[in-house]
Amino acid sequence: MQKDIHDRNSNSPSGAGGYSNLIATLALAKASFRSIMRSPSAVVFTLAFPLIFILVFGFLGGGGTRIDVGVTPGADVNNPVMGMLEKTGMIRLVKDKSKAEFDKLLEKGNVDAMIDVHRKVNSAAYSVNVVYTSASRDKGGILKSVLNNIFYDKTLKPTVAEIKESTITGREYKTIDFILPGQLGFSLLSTGVFGTAFVFLSLRQTLVIKRFFATPVKRSSIVIGEGIARIGFALIGALFIILIGHFFFGFTLVHGALTVVNMLILATLGVIVFMGFGFIISGIAKNESMVPPISNIVTLPQFLLSGTFFSIEAFPSWLQPISRALPLTYLNDAMRKVAFEGLGLWDVKFQIMILLLWGIGIYAVAVKVFKWE
Amino acid sequence: METKKAIISVKNLVKKYDDFVAVQGLSFEVYEHEIFGLLGPNGAGKTTTLEIIETLRDKTSGEIIVNGFSVDKQPQDIKQIIGVQLQAAGYYPNLNLIELIELFAGLYGASIKPMEMLEKVNLQDKAKAKYKALSGGQKQRFSIATTLINQPKIIFLDEPTTGLDPQARRNLWDLIIEIRNAGTTVVITTHYMDEAEQLCDRVAFVERGQIIALDTPDNLIDKLVSSGFERKKEVKKANLEDVFINLTGQEWRE
Repeated sequence: MQKDIHDRNSNSPSGAGGYSNLIATLALAKASFRSIMRSPSAVVFTLAFPLIFILVFGFLGGGGTRIDVGVTPGADVNNPVMGMLEKTGMIRLVKDKSKAEFDKLLEKGNVDAMIDVHRKVNSAAYSVNVVYTSASRDKGGILKSVLNNIFYDKTLKPTVAEIKESTITGREYKTIDFILPGQLGFSLLSTGVFGTAFVFLSLRQTLVIKRFFATPVKRSSIVIGEGIARIGFALIGALFIILIGHFFFGFTLVHGALTVVNMLILATLGVIVFMGFGFIISGIAKNESMVPPISNIVTLPQFLLSGTFFSIEAFPSWLQPISRALPLTYLNDAMRKVAFEGLGLWDVKFQIMILLLWGIGIYAVAVKVFKWE
Repeated sequence: METKKAIISVKNLVKKYDDFVAVQGLSFEVYEHEIFGLLGPNGAGKTTTLEIIETLRDKTSGEIIVNGFSVDKQPQDIKQIIGVQLQAAGYYPNLNLIELIELFAGLYGASIKPMEMLEKVNLQDKAKAKYKALSGGQKQRFSIATTLINQPKIIFLDEPTTGLDPQARRNLWDLIIEIRNAGTTVVITTHYMDEAEQLCDRVAFVERGQIIALDTPDNLIDKLVSSGFERKKEVKKANLEDVFINLTGQEWRE
């Protein structure tokens, strides 16, 4: 692209009478932005889809995962362990059922685990007996972590607990904290890929670009103008998603506005990288009906494998290297670290670097396959 | 037509595609303030020639000077002083006419009032309409409006009247003559000989990438008549189109 930009249009940059590339670029950005805002598909992909997912997940868990834990009949209910479990908000204790009933529920996975707490003989410590079920392994895993967490809590001392598993970071991790960055990443991916591919293909096919070439506008102005509009739209969408997530679903923004700014900077980087896919697709697609299938080849694997819905640690080990090769994985990862762990941009430099490498690779291909006419 | 100063000069223009020679050695001049017609069948090389002059296409060889600027060396200067209407070109999606004019004003770096541009082509009532929603004649009028934004010295119109009804066609002729009278040189291609006869000061016939005749319509007709040509049918004082216009009225149908 760059080469082409210079071969034909660079002879007299200011032209006769002080032609302004800036004005031309901004005029294009304005036109493109207006057009995007009126395009139903852009609004649906960027805003509606992610918001629907956020709504669904937001309400599903009431703001978090819920684990049903049966209390073994006859267990000591009035002890600090039970109290702490209830306080986490994640665990619902199921009482007043017989052993036989519990066994059935456990088998079906309707109850995720059984817990039995007894004060140890001649000791201030408690003995905690937990039975997990293979019908609900994932929630069992979460419960394990929660228990770990509780036993390391200072207020429970001098409780003695025989736990051998490692600890998790002790911050309240809500479903929204995981889902929102993933949805945000996916929103940026689809805006970048679908939007860019469709716009440039249709501008090329309807000879809009050819008509532009009959004006003194530079090729770089066309690309940059489109880019500004697309990034602007994506950032408005991102801000909207973050704010709705924060105010309605309690999405964690550790450092408030600063975190939002950091997320928007990451979003900008992400959408620029993803637009590269769009440029490539607009170059190789022969017509508009070829755009969705090719775009889906790019977006779907990332949608599923880049930790949009599930942590990639949950994937089988043979799948994880694939996940770790995808750019969206690193954008999601960086977003979560910035939003939830409160890290700065410098702390996620590794993720940013991988995204930049992807960007360089994608644009190297885009320059080769992009078509103006 | 006393001052015959060439504003476009094309010398030995050749355009070769891989295995096909679209234009083979075209030479002609377009004078200032005239309406110049490029006539010929489809595939004769009219559009290719226009697009090379418009700096949209590279040529294989030959020399083209537009208003003193070389197509090779000063394409940006040429773009500044020409207005281009492409055959079947679309416009940026989802924008209304005013917004499209604003966009082109930005692309040309021209400061104009969008509404005034639309008034020039009598589309002020359609200011908030989308390009797609316009009728054929309105679309062509709008295209012509976009060619006038940078107050060009020359405008190129590629088959502007193809597919229009007789009223819209005549209405477009009036507009083109108006533009010429305001001092703009017009280069036009068409398939309609009646149109060329009415509209063009001079016409060039292009066939297989070569010019086979170039003169005023009057001279070309006189030459043919003097060679002994006669129409098979007696010429009447009116034709069927006159009947059509007479019956359906002159006013615009849009």
